[in-house]
Amino acid sequence: MINLNGFTIQLLLGAKLTLLVAVGALILGLIFGLIGAAATLCKNKFISLAAFSVTSVIKGFPELIVLFTVYFGGTALLTMLFHHYVDINALIAGIFALALIFGSYATETLRGAFLAVSKGQASAAQVLGLSKKQTFFHILLPQVWRHALPGLSNLWLVLLKDTALVSLIGLADLMNKAQLAASETSELFTFYCTAGLFYLIMTTFSYVAIKFFSKKVNQYEKI
Amino acid sequence: MGIISGTMVTIELMLMSLLVGLVMAIIMTLIYQSKSWYCKAPINVFIFLVRGTPMLLQFFIIYYGSAQFAWLKASPLWMIFKDPFCCAVIALAINTSAYTTVLFKGAINSVPQGEKDACKALGLSPFQSMWHIILPHALRIALPAYSNEVIMILKGTSLASTITVLELTGISHQIASQTYMFVETFLIAGLIYFVINMIIVGIFKKLEKKLAFASV
Repeated sequence: MINLNGFTIQLLLGAKLTLLVAVGALILGLIFGLIGAAATLCKNKFISLAAFSVTSVIKGFPELIVLFTVYFGGTALLTMLFHHYVDINALIAGIFALALIFGSYATETLRGAFLAVSKGQASAAQVLGLSKKQTFFHILLPQVWRHALPGLSNLWLVLLKDTALVSLIGLADLMNKAQLAASETSELFTFYCTAGLFYLIMTTFSYVAIKFFSKKVNQYEKI
Repeated sequence: MGIISGTMVTIELMLMSLLVGLVMAIIMTLIYQSKSWYCKAPINVFIFLVRGTPMLLQFFIIYYGSAQFAWLKASPLWMIFKDPFCCAVIALAINTSAYTTVLFKGAINSVPQGEKDACKALGLSPFQSMWHIILPHALRIALPAYSNEVIMILKGTSLASTITVLELTGISHQIASQTYMFVETFLIAGLIYFVINMIIVGIFKKLEKKLAFASV
């Protein structure tokens, strides 16, 4: 066993924050993705074009630049607006920035999934007298979910790794704790590799869970 | 102008790591075609390790982590590991080589079996058929997906700023903290990345068209 000089608990705390940021960004990002997909599928040309350009610009920006723009830029903007210094919570900025990135990619995935559900489903629901809300939640969404799952699970794995970036705006996540422990003990390689092991455990666990879920979701699929 | 020199460093980083990564990927793909498990296992482990950890962590392990070893510091290899630019190229190359190997593996599998049989029937050696027939075909199949990889690496170069390389992100961070124009500077930097992105997509579209025509 590697001697971690009592930094194990610190690393675990960091991993907890990493998971919190990842899950927070996943939930907010899914909401962004749904809004984005709805906007790109909108009949109004202006709205769909706007949604399309915003998501492609965000996808073209490096993740680090998005994060810095949200965190530093957000602070600067709010300070200018309120005429006194406003400090943005790094946690909120981190989650928001990662959600923006996740949402931009999810827009494309969800859009494809919505298009993959055949039009007959909605018509059938209408004929059966279901309300629009019922149609969306009980008929369309379960099928969209099935089509979108492979794409979204890939995005989740990318998101989980992207959370390492929030250490750069001072959040005490796994990466940050590893840095702290490394500089304290000057055993840099050991601690960075340990952090890597933590990430590997998280991604591997996610991978196994995704395999399980996709089997479950597709159990009625006949091809 | 700082931004222009930063852009040049970014492009340099991208091209160098893509070149090294591509060569590594082709070598690993060729080794992977062997039937013995001890050739395949190390490559699988390598891919698993690289794909399962954040790129930022890989940068830190290579640049900061290498300083832990006294023997490395004493060896001539230290010339490479003490230079942040070289470390960034190594990290990016390792990253792209893992993802590209996965891509090529899939592409080689999707080369029609008939083509492989035809090579055998013509009496080509395994190396000849791989080098002259299967690999060129596989590269063409992998081309559209490879453009995504190139864009990933372009975006990945921004992480080099965390190990003190003054590329586009690093320079714009510096400018922003001197002038307090955070939004403007980062948006300009982001737009430059976006434009390079578009150019890459354009080049690959052209390349695809050209290669598709050649294959008919």
